[in-house]
Amino acid sequence: MILQTITFYLFAAITIAAGFMVIAARNPVHSVLYLILAFFTSAGLFVLIGAEFIAMILVIVYVGAVAVLFLFVVMMLDINFTELRQGFLQYLPIGGLIGLALLIELIMVVGVWQFGPEVAGHAIPQATTNGMTNTEALGNIIYTQYVYAFQAAGVILLIAMIGAIVLTHRTRPGVKKQRISSQVYRDPKTTIEVKKIKPGQGI
Amino acid sequence: MQGLLAEYLPILLFLGVATAFSLIMIGAAVLVARQNPDPAKLAAYECGFDAFGDSRGQFDVRFYLVAILFIIFDLEVAFLFPWAISLGGIGLFGFWSMMIFLGVLTVGFVYEWKKGALEWE
Repeated sequence: MILQTITFYLFAAITIAAGFMVIAARNPVHSVLYLILAFFTSAGLFVLIGAEFIAMILVIVYVGAVAVLFLFVVMMLDINFTELRQGFLQYLPIGGLIGLALLIELIMVVGVWQFGPEVAGHAIPQATTNGMTNTEALGNIIYTQYVYAFQAAGVILLIAMIGAIVLTHRTRPGVKKQRISSQVYRDPKTTIEVKKIKPGQGI
Repeated sequence: MQGLLAEYLPILLFLGVATAFSLIMIGAAVLVARQNPDPAKLAAYECGFDAFGDSRGQFDVRFYLVAILFIIFDLEVAFLFPWAISLGGIGLFGFWSMMIFLGVLTVGFVYEWKKGALEWE
């Protein structure tokens, strides 16, 4: 138990420090690397509360894919980041003030949080219930109980796919491609002609 | 819950050992090795020359398209894992629920195939 607590504070501290470095790092590529560190430690925090599946998906999807996407975006945007960061310290007080106001609002929201009467009776769902693994417990409800949310996720993925293609895909004219099927189906009879030529005459 | 975390203890130990090792190596290099910094050591070498511009030039947007299409199918596969584990318990409804999900994504897949988004040139 004490080890669990120590690990929690270690991971939480690293997450917050990495999150701070994301906005404080001079080089945007370093920012993305700190973001990846934050994702990793968040995955550790998820493991600590027993949500194994979410932790692994966080590593696979966020670290494996989203971070790469961020790297692309950082490299694609031709922005002088050092210029953007010029006023960072200058605007720090007002930014901190807004952050403080947000924090107070969040505390006020969470402070008056009450569970609805129909929920209060039930036990809080556990990540791992009676001998099942976390992934199995998720699988038992995602596809049946939460089928609409699941299908909505599929439609959102479809929209993302189509949107990405519509926004970024363009056909390049004049590109020569190899079409293997038309090569294979080419008929020798129509393309080659054998001519009899008498010696010494030419065509 | 405790049993679950006990399974992860080796990973935690591994992380600790890895951190300790990398700290020892870097720390030993700082402490033991002879430090004799010189600006000439960092200067461009004989046949090298100073960089002309920023190393971050603009990228072709096609890399981004490939990455985002990868993420979408990555997420699709992520949904398949719990389904595969609990397929025995969720019955036909769960099965067809996933089939519809896959069908919706197949529509997108056919779209991108026909549109030529998977082709590089």
